[in-house]
Amino acid sequence: MNNDSLWTIFLNASLVNNFVLAYFLGICPFLGVSAKLATATRMGGAVCFVMLVSSICAYGINRLLIAIDAPYLQLISYIVVIASTVQLVEMFIKKASPALFRALGIFLPLITTNCAILGLALFQTNKGYDLLQCLVYALGAGIGFTLALILMAGIREKLELATVPDMVQGTAITLMIAGILSLAFMGFAGLGTS
Amino acid sequence: MSSKDNTVTNVAAAGPSSTDDFIKGLWRENPVFVQVLGMCPVLAVTNSGSNALAMGLATTFVLVLSNALVSALRSFIPKQVRIATFILIIATFVTVVDYLIQAISLDIHRALGAFISLIVVNCLILGRAEAFASKNSVGRSILDGLGMGLGFTFALLCLGGVREILGSGSLFGFALFPAGFQPWIVMILPSGGFFTLGLWLLVFNRLKARQAEPVSPQEATP
Repeated sequence: MNNDSLWTIFLNASLVNNFVLAYFLGICPFLGVSAKLATATRMGGAVCFVMLVSSICAYGINRLLIAIDAPYLQLISYIVVIASTVQLVEMFIKKASPALFRALGIFLPLITTNCAILGLALFQTNKGYDLLQCLVYALGAGIGFTLALILMAGIREKLELATVPDMVQGTAITLMIAGILSLAFMGFAGLGTS
Repeated sequence: MSSKDNTVTNVAAAGPSSTDDFIKGLWRENPVFVQVLGMCPVLAVTNSGSNALAMGLATTFVLVLSNALVSALRSFIPKQVRIATFILIIATFVTVVDYLIQAISLDIHRALGAFISLIVVNCLILGRAEAFASKNSVGRSILDGLGMGLGFTFALLCLGGVREILGSGSLFGFALFPAGFQPWIVMILPSGGFFTLGLWLLVFNRLKARQAEPVSPQEATP
């Protein structure tokens, strides 16, 4: 079992080991949905929610799998749970806010293949967190993801006004910016102890 | 996504050729540089050449087998639950690969960490299952998977090579530079991955633009 304090776990997940900028998880939505600030915020919210729910489910499943001694089913059961959670969120958003549903478009079902969520489930199992620690870890990771997404969207909105050479337009310039952001986030190293 | 789908239909319209299924993944539709798919492992495990190679081969293995199985079952899988089925098939093979690597080399397993399990959520594999394997015969799907997998491995090696040469002054663990070489630590750090991939995309954009230039005036004349 792990004895990290909740605050340390939160800091580590959100800033020091930011899922996007330090672990490279969830790069696809990071590059795909970060063009507009409003969409980025909502996407972050959706990812946060899916993370929290799947974190609780993953904790329960892991307990069950240990009890029946079948660790090789871990990956398969995690991905099934995540896929169903995403389906649920999709139905909820479609009902609650059709405008948001259209804005997120293909990226909503693609949360299923967002490595950040499966990564979170795997990391929390590896680290042996208890339920409360899992929840804080999921919250930290979700907020870290949202933070990175919002920062990126803010920069890309400014970029529209700048003159970017044709060759670097698109993904290339976005990756360069991500690199600089990642450098900046390295400044947080040492805040929490891993 | 749309451009990729277009090319797939173009290929189908021109008549299926098995070499083309294999070749297109290597260069013209390279999954990383052209389609920009499967970015997470591309950035995360390419801090050295050998990690990149191991990851590339593991992904190729999963890609070929899942393409084959999806293609073989394509008439049995109901349309509504196909994505879930594909993911289950992929997850099964990834579990196999995970245990396989553990058996072959514990060091590699430790270096790649959770990223072996994360092959499940590599959009490249699901993308190929959906866009190619679910519509084509087993043989063509295997060739397609092999081509895409090798193209992916090639891209990983491009990144891993550059990052290891600059970041630790070696390639596949062999020192390349004299002892006085000051390694660029930043290249092994996460930000180095973003910079290197950005630069490779830049190179590819330049190549594409150069190929397009001589063609466009001819198209304009008739």
